[in-house]
Amino acid sequence: MTAFEAILLTIVTASTPLLIAATGELVAERAGVLNLGVEGMMAMGAACGFAAAIVFDSTAAGIAVGILAGAGMAALFALAVLGLAANQVGSGLALTILGLGLSGLIGAPYVGARRDPIPHVHVPGLADLPGVGRLLFGQDAFVYVSLALTVAVALFLARTRAGLTLRAVGENHVSAHALGLPVLRVRLLAVLFGGACAGLAGVYLSLVYTRFWSPGMTAGRGWIALALVVFAAWRPGWALAGAYLFGTATVLQLYAQAGQIGLPSQLLSAVPYVATILALVLLSTWRGRAVGAPGSLGAPFVPDR
Amino acid sequence: MIPGRDGDGAPLVALSGIAKRYGDLLANDGIDLELRPGEVHALLGENGAGKSTLVKILYGVIEPTAGEILWEGRPVRIGSPVEARRLGIGMVFQHFSLFDQLTVAENIAVALSGTLRDVRQRLDAVSRGYGLGLEPDRAVWTLSAGERQRIEIVRCLLQDPKLIVLDEPTSVLTPQEAERLFTTLDRLSAEGRAILYISHKLEEVRRLARTATVLRAGRVVGTLNPRERSAREIAALMVGAEVGSVRPHDPSASGEEALAVRGLTLPAASPHDWTLKDVELSVRRGEILGIAGIAGNGQSELFAALSGERLSPTPGAIAIGGRPCGRLGIDARRRLGAAFVPEERLGHAAVPTHRLSENAVLSHHATGDVARGGIVALGPARRLAEKIVAAFDVRVPRADPQARQLSGGNLQKFVVGREVVRRPALLVVDQPTWGVDAGAARLIRQALVDLAREGAGVLVVSQDLDELFEIADRIAVIRGGALSPARPAAAWTRDGIGLEMMGAAEAAHAA
Amino acid sequence: MRLELTPRAEVSQTARVLAPVAAFLVAFLLAGFVIWLLGRSPLAAFQVYVMGPLSDPWALQELAVKATPLALIAIGLTYCFRANLWNIGAEGQYVMGAVLGGWLALRTHGADAGPWVWPLMMLLGMAGGALYGLIPALLRVRFGVSEILSSLMLVYVAQLVLDYLARGPWRDPKGMNFPQSVTFDPAATLPPLLGEGRLHLGALFALVAVAATAFVLGRTLFGYRLRVTGEAPRAARFGGFSADRTTLSVFAISGGLAGLAGMAEVSGQIGQLQPSISPGYGFTAITVAFLGRLHPLGILAASLAVALTFIGGESAQILLKLPLDLTTAFQGLLLLCVLGADALVSYRLRIVGQTTSPHGRGKGAS
Repeated sequence: MTAFEAILLTIVTASTPLLIAATGELVAERAGVLNLGVEGMMAMGAACGFAAAIVFDSTAAGIAVGILAGAGMAALFALAVLGLAANQVGSGLALTILGLGLSGLIGAPYVGARRDPIPHVHVPGLADLPGVGRLLFGQDAFVYVSLALTVAVALFLARTRAGLTLRAVGENHVSAHALGLPVLRVRLLAVLFGGACAGLAGVYLSLVYTRFWSPGMTAGRGWIALALVVFAAWRPGWALAGAYLFGTATVLQLYAQAGQIGLPSQLLSAVPYVATILALVLLSTWRGRAVGAPGSLGAPFVPDR
Repeated sequence: MIPGRDGDGAPLVALSGIAKRYGDLLANDGIDLELRPGEVHALLGENGAGKSTLVKILYGVIEPTAGEILWEGRPVRIGSPVEARRLGIGMVFQHFSLFDQLTVAENIAVALSGTLRDVRQRLDAVSRGYGLGLEPDRAVWTLSAGERQRIEIVRCLLQDPKLIVLDEPTSVLTPQEAERLFTTLDRLSAEGRAILYISHKLEEVRRLARTATVLRAGRVVGTLNPRERSAREIAALMVGAEVGSVRPHDPSASGEEALAVRGLTLPAASPHDWTLKDVELSVRRGEILGIAGIAGNGQSELFAALSGERLSPTPGAIAIGGRPCGRLGIDARRRLGAAFVPEERLGHAAVPTHRLSENAVLSHHATGDVARGGIVALGPARRLAEKIVAAFDVRVPRADPQARQLSGGNLQKFVVGREVVRRPALLVVDQPTWGVDAGAARLIRQALVDLAREGAGVLVVSQDLDELFEIADRIAVIRGGALSPARPAAAWTRDGIGLEMMGAAEAAHAA
Repeated sequence: MRLELTPRAEVSQTARVLAPVAAFLVAFLLAGFVIWLLGRSPLAAFQVYVMGPLSDPWALQELAVKATPLALIAIGLTYCFRANLWNIGAEGQYVMGAVLGGWLALRTHGADAGPWVWPLMMLLGMAGGALYGLIPALLRVRFGVSEILSSLMLVYVAQLVLDYLARGPWRDPKGMNFPQSVTFDPAATLPPLLGEGRLHLGALFALVAVAATAFVLGRTLFGYRLRVTGEAPRAARFGGFSADRTTLSVFAISGGLAGLAGMAEVSGQIGQLQPSISPGYGFTAITVAFLGRLHPLGILAASLAVALTFIGGESAQILLKLPLDLTTAFQGLLLLCVLGADALVSYRLRIVGQTTSPHGRGKGAS
């Protein structure tokens, strides 16, 4: 395996959690709910999933528990913003703080534990092709799941009736309610889906990416996923492109640090965060302000009955 | 109860004793209503009389506090619009229930069952069958109000309803578009569909219906044949007391120019807005200039440019009292003697959660004594609010209430009064009586006429042609961000204005 | 079953005041449950978290020490939140204030520069925080970039800047390779407030900020402008208040106060620059601001209440071996409860079963 191939493989692993979390958040936002708690849900997914994998000595159990942890956090958020019509920005922030704290409690006993790498998919014959073989046909299952998830969400939003309902609810909840669409129920499901995805992205970090758990290991990836949704103008295809762009930036930065190129490591570590801001600036100069944001995004909805 | 005369046989729907309570307010109070198949039934009433509440109950959007609904003789509980549609009730909303970013076909499919492709085919068939041309793949935000309404109607027809409810359907249409709607409705009733037509415009009710139920303050005050009663009689029933007309304004007293706009071109601020194209207008002191137009044709953009909420490219594009002010903000223009009333009462003219005294500060802090040296003077602000409340007969539920606690008409009196008490040399007002009751509308129009008589220039932007013909000396028409030359009100006919509002080419197409 | 909210016509003043107290109690109960799940006694934890600090004079002073940065930052955030702008990067502005002010301390180190050093450091701290706070504000005004995301991203950047400085160019050469700067001179140290204690002049800054803000928000046109902007942005434009100028000024004020908090903490407490100078004050202050209902006096009370969780958290770590993360989790929970309680102040909540409709027979609710 050449160094270049190795870099490409790491880019895929770095991009996958961003893609999963961003796709989940994208669905929630298309339904009109801004959940800033992605970082917290991801942290919970990482900690709970890792703990469960150790306790049950099962990767499958880890994944399941990680997804449930993300969805559970999302349920708490939904109770506040859908049930009580609480402020979405503040509640999302609270969810992040809560998730970071709770995940610290849950993960603490497992610091120092390690998991074996999960087996990679290996398409016989194809995976051994020179150059692109490993890259296309020899990744871990999460990678394919994340891509399938993106395609599925794109098709769901564009082609299905449920997807149309979800877009309508996010676009104008007053009209949706007047037509009898179940606004709050649609939003609840979308938020739970977003939470489950964030949980899955967190599990990926602890079980596949690092294979150990450490406090604060999400390191702002949840926030970057949120920025990706804006960057993608709420479209799954663009989220895919954005996630891989950021994955690339992160990985190149890591290689540059390892390669001792004379720049302070902190400067390189700042690259993903600065790149996020720059991406948002560039986006707005290209496409104008907030084009494509769902019309009811972030607004609480209280049906009159 | 007078039985419907258009229809025959058993009633399709019968409401009895319907009541809806919001806190202390009884929005509906024991309402009885019957409709037979093929009947066109008008529901008449002032704004706030409870018409919209009643139809929302019928459509399952809100739950009644008491009462019973019989559908084809069986008691039903309509728990949601989905259930209403299943029964055969279709609804065309006053404020369209559309989704701007979705296409026409998606907007229709979202309320129906079946696949999107299936819906597109039926949409095409119905749209052609009733002469309601619609392009399925256009995004809704690119469409005119008339086209949007057609989406609502097609969406309703695709469900093959037995009863069609239309809530103030002509409020955003030109006279020609309205006539086109009436033709469609005639056909629908001839097919045996019942139509419940909600309006406060007597003329169109007479054109369409032979039975009308009149609501006032949540109760039925009469059921009658609108073609057999005089307009005056029905109006008195709606309002409860006779509403006098506004004393006419004598336009001869025109003086110097209060407002002059010269070649104002202003690019759209967002893709959903209009570009103002080479707008020319002039308002003299002592006159009222009316600007007619279908909603969403650049009125808000023009208001923002005149008020200084958006700055013009050059200082000379706008002059107030002869002073160029295109680059000055709204406060500087107020200091030049101008005053402004925007269209939206809640959220634009007033902060919903602020008390009236705080809302009085909003447009007075730059000119009055409610703020000095950066400090808000609470006493003078409260006295100012009290003065406006007294002078404009604003009915308040308590001393110094929050703006959102006032009814539409009372809040409108407050926000117009707030500007009139300053005795401005120029008043620019956008939709002065939109959605307010007749009493408040009359008081506001009278205040505008009196202000002009005292020598102020008044610019009234309105969708209500009756209003403009009542008070304006000259009328211009805005369409797609461009303004026609102003002509004396007497020189216009309703049809002529309607054609101008639609644009000659489109009008020819519609005819 | 579903939850049903109906708006209240008139919001009672008592409810407004009681809501945060109720939220605090609910958060305590939930935290107690978590502690029980962790296999510890919630009562023992309550003793350590609350009763301990409140019955110990040393701890009471420590409470004020911890409340100082919280109150300063939360007061600043109030300006943003009232205008409905979401500065969640106060932690970064806190750090950059300390960096810019700390630069002066290091420049004058050993030079016997005189008593003007610490006051100038405070001003530089404010300037550092304000300038850093202006970045997200400018990005929003100029490019329409969401201030939420940009201000948060800048926290990570600020922490990396401090990390670089403390490990690199500003490291004490005689410091046995510890990643920290030299200890500040007395002239660069914020004087204590009461003779010997740990309480420093920063507490006074916080009190001044509370009083000034109470006046600004309550009586001035600027405070009025913020309320209008936050409640109804279009009405603000109608009132002649430029949204851009509002955005820039509140971010500058908020960043400035966060920067002052950072500088005061480093100069008055820590005494040197090191990679980490905050246990998350910038984020916790968001909870403080909402717990204090965006009112200066409320924030003063809230900062003391939340400071308790920091001190309690430290003792609980030592006495009960409860991890510090419990404090973070509690603060998140508290914010969630406060926002929920806020909603209950303006809405009446009903839990509705399947068939509660007062009329008709038909089937159950949809």
